[in-house]
Amino acid sequence: MKILVAVKRVIDYNVQIRVKEDGTGVVTDNVKMSTNPPDDNAIEEAVKIKEAGKATEVVAVTVGEEKAQETVRKALAVGADRGIHVKVDGILEPLAVSKILQKIVDKEKPDLVFMGKQAIDDDCNQTGQMLSALLNWPQATFASKIDVKDNKLEVTREIDEGLETIEINVPAIVTCDLRLNEPRYASLPNIMKAKKKPIEEIAASDLGVDVSPRLEQLKVEEPPKRKAGIKVANVAELVQKLKNEAKVI
Amino acid sequence: MAVLLIAEHNNKELRPFTLNAATAASQIDADVHAVIIGQNSADAAKQLSELPVVKKVLSVEAAHYENFTAENFAPVVVKLAENYSHIICSANTFGKNLMPRIAAHLDTSQVSDIIKVISQDTFLRPIYAGNAFATIKSNDAKKCVTIRPTSFDPCESTGGSAPIEKVDASEEFSNTKFIKREEIKSDRPELGTARIVVSGGRGMQSGDNFKLITEIADKLGAAIGASRAAVDAGYISNDHQVGQTGKVVVPDLYIAVGISGAIQHLAGMKESKVIVAINKDGEAPIFSVADYGLEADLFEALPQFMEELNKLNTIQK
Repeated sequence: MKILVAVKRVIDYNVQIRVKEDGTGVVTDNVKMSTNPPDDNAIEEAVKIKEAGKATEVVAVTVGEEKAQETVRKALAVGADRGIHVKVDGILEPLAVSKILQKIVDKEKPDLVFMGKQAIDDDCNQTGQMLSALLNWPQATFASKIDVKDNKLEVTREIDEGLETIEINVPAIVTCDLRLNEPRYASLPNIMKAKKKPIEEIAASDLGVDVSPRLEQLKVEEPPKRKAGIKVANVAELVQKLKNEAKVI
Repeated sequence: MAVLLIAEHNNKELRPFTLNAATAASQIDADVHAVIIGQNSADAAKQLSELPVVKKVLSVEAAHYENFTAENFAPVVVKLAENYSHIICSANTFGKNLMPRIAAHLDTSQVSDIIKVISQDTFLRPIYAGNAFATIKSNDAKKCVTIRPTSFDPCESTGGSAPIEKVDASEEFSNTKFIKREEIKSDRPELGTARIVVSGGRGMQSGDNFKLITEIADKLGAAIGASRAAVDAGYISNDHQVGQTGKVVVPDLYIAVGISGAIQHLAGMKESKVIVAINKDGEAPIFSVADYGLEADLFEALPQFMEELNKLNTIQK
């Protein structure tokens, strides 16, 4: 079985986001960037399945500008076998990304495609579902447990009401939740080894996909700020404030 | 052209956020039609027809719709879509799973998780865990929009009498099979719609200690929430998680206990009307959004809190 894992480069989850004064977006210059956190879970799961002898190859793919390649390199350092970097500048909508990934799937013919359930920058939560629609493959979104059984997967999904278990036939798409596993750290020797692993570069323009945006971002602004609160001295004062001042209990 | 709302239900009754999504749909266009896809879901369809904002109900029933599988639902909506300008659904796990599948089939760039309808083609949505708001204009002919349920009031649920029209089912998608659903049954209010939420974090130190939270929640008629750290640590099940990748809640009162206040948690609760933080670390970021902060050891503060509540003559429910 061959697993393709899609990874995205985003502003690190610990960075306090600052909105640009001209309202065109958020500040990304000199800001720490990382792999989208649930994409790390996706890579980890693929590597674990390979280590268990149930997959033969793990290929990491990213779609984005020059520096996006860092995320593929990181995937190689934690166990992916080779990488693909589809180069394209500017903001891509999930629909465009899923069309590009469809071309990569046509070329690579993986049995499974894994990715994070949501990117923490645009918070869209679309790409995996869109890709599975374009391929007409089954989708297991928000996966917190995956059992590989021959040509099927049994996947536990986190839903609002609790947990749901589904069985999907391969080929299939899985979008990964943060609770799926604990991503490993890359060891120094593995980081060195990853530098020798191949990354194929493909220009998005060579794939024959229309990636032009359908959405216009008219403005990005700071959310309204909460007014500063107070510290209370003890529990009695807290309950009294909730009862008589805020009037919520 | 009319707007098509996708109803969320459990085959017996509508799920509550359908009412919030109906409000959002009616803000886009007064002509709202609603599709309900299920099995033996006639009662829920009738309920849908009674929402005054809904002008027509389309009901599709088949055995393969019983478990709300997106692969089965999407073709039904795609087929209906030609008559509609917008497809609307809640941005909860139901809508998040389903809508992008519809949007891709329609070759439409979806607008996710909107918090405000500015015009028929322009919407406000949070990005970066709510640390920025983006105004987005869609230039697609057909628009697929998911709405953040807590940002729209539920519509009236009675008084309407829309006609219910039967629609043919689509073929079954055979490569996805439903196995089971483990729903955690509780007498408490639903987390997403509760007036009061009491949440615990890593500071709770164990699942057992959550009984301190449970007691207070029962007293206040509150739902129980948790930070991702508490869910990851196994103190409580995933359906309680509040935050960027969990649920977004906007209660009148949110009490955060032993929660440090990571950006990802704040994303799920900082729109709450009144926020209380109880934490022994006075520097914890949760205090920056709290209206009332109490710097204290929660294992002392929670029993005292319960005592103080017991002293009150009345408690709002």
